[in-house]
Amino acid sequence: MADRPGGTARVATAFVLSVVASGGFIAAYQLDAGTQWLALALTVALGGLGTGLAWWSRRLMPQGPAEEPRPTLAPPAAEEQRTAETFRAGRQAIRRRGLLGGLLATAVGALGLGALWPARSLGPAPPTGLRATGWREGVRLVDESGAAVTTTTLDVGGVLTAFPEGTDPAANDQVVVVRVPPDDLDLPDGRRDWTPEGYVAYSKVCTHAGCPVGLYQDVGYLLLCPCHQATFDVAQGARPVFGPAPRELPQLPLRVGEDDSLIAGGDFSAPVGPDRWRLGGQG
Amino acid sequence: MTDHTTTPFGRLAHWVDQRVGAARFTRSTLDYVFPKHFSFLFGEIALYSFVVLVATGIFLALFYSPSEAEVVYRGEYVPLRGVGMTEAYASVVDLSFSVHAGLLFRQTHHWAAIVFLGAIFIHLCRVFFTGAFRRPRELNWITGLTLMVVGIGEGFAGYSLLDDLLSGTGVRIGYSIAESIPVVGTWIAYWAWGGEYPGEGFLSRLFAVHIFLLPAIIATLIAVHLFLVARPHHAQFPGPGRREDNVVGLRLWPSYATLSVGFFFLIAAALTLMGGFLQINPVWLYGPYDVFAVSSGSQADWYFLWIQGALRLMPGVSLQLGPWTVANQFFPAVLYPGVVFGVLYLWPFLEARITGDHAEHHLLDRPRDRPVRTALGVAAITGFVVLLLAGSDDVFVTTFDWSIVTVRNVERVAFFVLPAVVGLVAWKIARDLARADAAQADDAPRPATAAPVTTATAGGLDGIDVAVRRGGARNGPTAGWSLGAVALAGAVVALGSVLRRRSRGS
Repeated sequence: MADRPGGTARVATAFVLSVVASGGFIAAYQLDAGTQWLALALTVALGGLGTGLAWWSRRLMPQGPAEEPRPTLAPPAAEEQRTAETFRAGRQAIRRRGLLGGLLATAVGALGLGALWPARSLGPAPPTGLRATGWREGVRLVDESGAAVTTTTLDVGGVLTAFPEGTDPAANDQVVVVRVPPDDLDLPDGRRDWTPEGYVAYSKVCTHAGCPVGLYQDVGYLLLCPCHQATFDVAQGARPVFGPAPRELPQLPLRVGEDDSLIAGGDFSAPVGPDRWRLGGQG
Repeated sequence: MTDHTTTPFGRLAHWVDQRVGAARFTRSTLDYVFPKHFSFLFGEIALYSFVVLVATGIFLALFYSPSEAEVVYRGEYVPLRGVGMTEAYASVVDLSFSVHAGLLFRQTHHWAAIVFLGAIFIHLCRVFFTGAFRRPRELNWITGLTLMVVGIGEGFAGYSLLDDLLSGTGVRIGYSIAESIPVVGTWIAYWAWGGEYPGEGFLSRLFAVHIFLLPAIIATLIAVHLFLVARPHHAQFPGPGRREDNVVGLRLWPSYATLSVGFFFLIAAALTLMGGFLQINPVWLYGPYDVFAVSSGSQADWYFLWIQGALRLMPGVSLQLGPWTVANQFFPAVLYPGVVFGVLYLWPFLEARITGDHAEHHLLDRPRDRPVRTALGVAAITGFVVLLLAGSDDVFVTTFDWSIVTVRNVERVAFFVLPAVVGLVAWKIARDLARADAAQADDAPRPATAAPVTTATAGGLDGIDVAVRRGGARNGPTAGWSLGAVALAGAVVALGSVLRRRSRGS
């Protein structure tokens, strides 16, 4: 097969360009010329090499088409038979000591089980009871900076994220506090005295996939999770009204303590966080 | 005959051959013939992206610190100065701003990951639509699928290491998905994370998984996959001179080897260009992760975006079994992908059982040759695309001021209806094309359908050369168009991920 004309010159040009660009990369690096110059030089260095090689192959090397026979994969039946017999003969020798084989399997199994045991160090066993949060009867609500949340902190329509005072807050402790007109609240029975002056607090951990429920829309009193758009109606006990969340956000009972500060009236109304196998039983 | 032992390299080859007997194997390797078709390149793109991933990854690992210790940032990026963050996130910001070429290699690494998985996906589609998974290549299919699954895990582990607000949100969702697995889920989550979320030392575990465990598995699987490809030699499209018992194409030595090494450098060049000029994952804009914060418009990389979409489309229900709960997120994020990959793993065996075709196949189908298979594949891809859209619908909704409720309900219907509709259309197109081909074949005698091939030597066989070229003109473009459409879809996915990961603070 004849070489295509001009092939050598093209390939040589590409390689020379690559050499120059490699020099350029070193220069750009030394001069701290920035990401784009480094990228440009390296792209030309790599691209020149790649183009040169591709041209060399396509223009100056045999293009065929070449042909070769495809190997047969399956061995001749006789060979397979011989292999099977060799294996069986060996297995016969093992089987003659059936007890030893059984013991060997047991020993290997026991060693395997033992070797798995250090996996226990990976983490604690999950708790069997209700997952503890930092909220107890009488714990004050504080904001991100540690300042106490009081009845004057929010205007009606306002929202903030609060934590239990005096602890390093865990992920499951965060609550979103919203202030709504008390008359618009339509909470489940037994929660009437949980919302002093229209302050309502819910777990900020989405009951769908655990993202913080970070967006609040005052019109319609809706809390929205930005991850999968689960939407909860604050006025109705954070009932899910749209999206994939299967249950309401757990509510934190609120009371007014000394200095008009907001304090927890107890722990959450339900388990915090996404659904899991033993959620309902909590045992 | 020249004596090869007169040159230094020849003497070395002789020395090795005397000890391992490599000459025969080496000769058959040098003579290996690669059939040529553009659609065969996607596997190579994946392979070479992996090489780029390893090269850039080694560089990144030298500067990254998987420490969760709290530090106050005092580096070069002014807007973050004085902000508290983990050492891990700080090391990534420093790597991006203070280390020469650090940002280039980080972005190239990220793009290479996206291209790696994108190429695997398109390669999977090529193999599916051309029936390349049929006997004797079922094991190639299984190792390839496993590569994809492990690759997806590797990608997730990689972008989760940065500990920025976006990736931290992904990790939180990952925890709730792990937790949702019936019976053992809580144990898995507690053991993987070292306790209740956010756990204890998760980043250093993830680092070990990302730079050692999964890359070792991927490299091993690649080796097995390549061995399984080379053992029966490449499958090829039908054409004049091409039979079940031969391979027609370009010989490895020197033509294909040179071309392929050149192709590697071109891939590396393209990824470097993307890494330098297309910003990706600007974590300094997202800010450090904080379990109490989240950003709106958060989106996963494309290979996880479909799971995110499935999580969004799932109605708000979970299954109560007495005292136990099968969590909502289990269905879209564990069961659905489990079923998808389960069917994919079993597909070669299912198809063989349904069609009763258990024979060896080395000549590939064109998608039109198997309208039902083509329709099923197109339907599955359609469902996948609907989920990708659902995974990014919050961005559309805010951009165009649409109603999220309407959009979500349309998507829920579309997820079930569109695959059926598009699949039927694909079936009809495939069948019509096949019929048109058959009619054409009846009307006009096809040129040189069976050019006799008698010898197999390196270099030019002008007889087949002409015949293959003519056959290529007839078969190549048609098979090419359908595969081109798949490639285009992949390119759209890749482009879409340029736009992904928008972040507005909450």
